[in-house]
Amino acid sequence: MSVIPVSYYLALSGVLFGLGVVAFVFKRNIITIFMAIELMLNAVNLAFVAFARAHNQLDGLVFVFFVIVVAAAEAAVGLAIVLALAHTRQSLNVDRVNLLKF
Amino acid sequence: MTLPLIVFFACAIAAVVGAILLILAREPIHSALSLILVMVSLAILYLLLGAPFVAAIQILVYAGAIMVLFVFVIMLLNAGEEERTDWSKIAKWVGLPLGFLLLLEIAHWLFHSEPGTAIVNGATAPPPASTFDLSTALFRQYLFPFEATSILILIAILGALVLARKDE
Repeated sequence: MSVIPVSYYLALSGVLFGLGVVAFVFKRNIITIFMAIELMLNAVNLAFVAFARAHNQLDGLVFVFFVIVVAAAEAAVGLAIVLALAHTRQSLNVDRVNLLKF
Repeated sequence: MTLPLIVFFACAIAAVVGAILLILAREPIHSALSLILVMVSLAILYLLLGAPFVAAIQILVYAGAIMVLFVFVIMLLNAGEEERTDWSKIAKWVGLPLGFLLLLEIAHWLFHSEPGTAIVNGATAPPPASTFDLSTALFRQYLFPFEATSILILIAILGALVLARKDE
């Protein structure tokens, strides 16, 4: 019989979330910042699935489903914003996007 | 070391290495490829946790659809090496230490916590929730949120179309 404590999964989830936060504040390219958000969402999904398995509940898996749907919608709209931004500013650097109206 | 534990540590190390490569890479396309590494190793972990449906949509939707969208935009905009600017001092002097502080807190909590509930793998494990149970819950108990997400997707499509449209 083999056993993996649920805390291992939560620790991995926490470490991935922390690395996502570091990437979010550290990267200057707007596409990479979006990827950092996706990394954080993935870390949260891992915690949801681990808890769902540990407590034998389905709700965690249903939540993961909704998180993935919202992430897909967010990526579609966010990348459209990136496209519009790249056309007006000719740059992907977030430091150059510091005015709401240009 | 039993086989599930070996698989867990291999995937965990692959995921953390992928996340670190995402931070260190200077080209956005390298960051995208390392993020795909993270997502594939998380999909294997979902299989280990007895959630094959979540693993499948992780591969199909995340590593497939969303990352293809990212790679497509990177190629379309010809995003090259990241510019190094010193404009945002607050990100460097406040954000970075706070992020590492969060990692340190997690490490501290990790070393001072009880092992917690164990997840049993293998033949003696209780059967995991099947895709049948999941779909039953999704279409009965969670029917309204499920339908609401379809409206959300529709609005997202419209928003993307309006934003990406060329100005006449």
